[in-house]
Amino acid sequence: MGTKVNLISGRTIVQGQNLDNKLSEAYFNEVATCELNGSDMEKLGVAADERVKIKTSFGEVVVKAKEKAGTPEGVIFIPMGPWANALVSGDTHGAGMPSYKGIDAEIEPTEEEILQVKALMKTYME
Amino acid sequence: MVEITDVVCSLCGCVCDDIVVEVEDNKVTKVKKGACAVGKSKLMGHGRIEEPAIRENGSLKACSYDDAIKKAAEILAAARRPLLYGWSSTVCEADKVGVELAEEIGAVIDNTASVCHGPSVLAIQDVGLPSCTLGEVKNRADLIIYWGANPAAAHANHMKRYSYISKGYWTEEGKKNKKLVVVDVRRTATAKMADVFLQIEQGKDYLVFSALRALLYGYEDVVPDEVGGISKKDLLETVKMMKESKFGITFFGMGVTHTRGRHNNIVNAIEMTRAAHTHTKFSIMPMRGHYNVAGINQVCTWETGFPFAVDLTRGYAWYNPGEVSATDLLIRRECDAALIIASDPGAHFPGESIRHLAKIPVIQIDPFANPTTEFADVVIPAAISGVEAEGNVYRMDNIPIRLRKLVDTEYIADEEIMKRILDEVRAIREKGGN
Repeated sequence: MGTKVNLISGRTIVQGQNLDNKLSEAYFNEVATCELNGSDMEKLGVAADERVKIKTSFGEVVVKAKEKAGTPEGVIFIPMGPWANALVSGDTHGAGMPSYKGIDAEIEPTEEEILQVKALMKTYME
Repeated sequence: MVEITDVVCSLCGCVCDDIVVEVEDNKVTKVKKGACAVGKSKLMGHGRIEEPAIRENGSLKACSYDDAIKKAAEILAAARRPLLYGWSSTVCEADKVGVELAEEIGAVIDNTASVCHGPSVLAIQDVGLPSCTLGEVKNRADLIIYWGANPAAAHANHMKRYSYISKGYWTEEGKKNKKLVVVDVRRTATAKMADVFLQIEQGKDYLVFSALRALLYGYEDVVPDEVGGISKKDLLETVKMMKESKFGITFFGMGVTHTRGRHNNIVNAIEMTRAAHTHTKFSIMPMRGHYNVAGINQVCTWETGFPFAVDLTRGYAWYNPGEVSATDLLIRRECDAALIIASDPGAHFPGESIRHLAKIPVIQIDPFANPTTEFADVVIPAAISGVEAEGNVYRMDNIPIRLRKLVDTEYIADEEIMKRILDEVRAIREKGGN
């Protein structure tokens, strides 16, 4: 079982620069990532650019770990996009808005590959 | 080479309108002035959807515009519960035809506010919005609060053009005479610039708004030593700054709308603004994302009476976010066809909703390939609004601005594509006796 964390998502500059370029390497390198506090990375035994698997009750996804000092302990940030959303429930609690932030998640190191965007989309067509 | 001035950016809700570009051989070759890194990337362009296509046996096959439009019309005319979604990265003229199409076929029409500032809309309908224009912020505001928003990444020109760093009529010294407060879960690039950074515990926004309201109304005794991870000392300092300001503004982002509490957070933020009115001038504004998400809310409201999540299947407008918003409709697997324009639910909807979208016939209208293209059944490439096509858009403060056309193109503009689909749909329905 992985370590329990609080998952949030949001915009980054490079994500914004590649909004019209989502099938690119630049978008993949920026958005298929997860920002964590240095001490959380240490506790997980994960170094920068190593892969982590994140699971929620709605799905799981493999992304690359990135150290980010401004992220508080126990919180992980994934740039908004297909990888973050693989973990998000469609339940809007009657408000129309899914919970893109504040999702209970578990994180663990992994050797599994990160799915490219096309492969990730294919999983929805099965 | 031609230099074009006063270019309007079609990326985010800032809609910067002082950009200078160079055009050579019918291409934007240089962004000389005005655009942020994100806007510049948009103006310089990316790889396009080259031609219309229809999916056959699992793969997209190139076809003519006529064939793609005909196929799109057939799908929509045959659908019993179609969803028309997106509309935020195109112009109001295209949006207007979209509402007409929704009315014609009895569709649900929803826009990206649904997954962005939909909760803000609900809150505004509940308690109103004491707001202003960005021009007023530039000329008057001496206290800027960014709450759950990181303009340094998402609206990179916002501070420079309109708020903390801008120089205006009564703010000619710029940031020297202004204060910046940032409330966020993460110490973001914006937070690093702040005079006061309140690092809030995730999901505790409602509590902190309530604490600030209590302090603004003078009930210091009811506020505990710490609220949502923020010390009472910091809350008191913030309130002192609010009271002492001549004109304050809170800009709030998806840090507040996407999180627990949703529209209730915004109601409380607006009530906090009202509490500040007992001391000084104070305003509040959502940081709208897409350059024309405010515009589709305007168009949808003047055409149907409601800004998003409008169901026209009954023959009259039925508005109920949470029931007929796109995500909910998809989760319930209710819609049997979708037209996606100027947006990318494949990238930005919850996986759980994409699962249904990927299985029904999808028509995509967009200049660029994106995750939605991977499961779209009809793909119609469009001209890029603000580069290859002109039209009206609404900035985040609901000021209409006209996008300019910079270069010529063979691609058809969204408005024209929508009109042709509507004509085809009408022809099919007339033939069928509807």
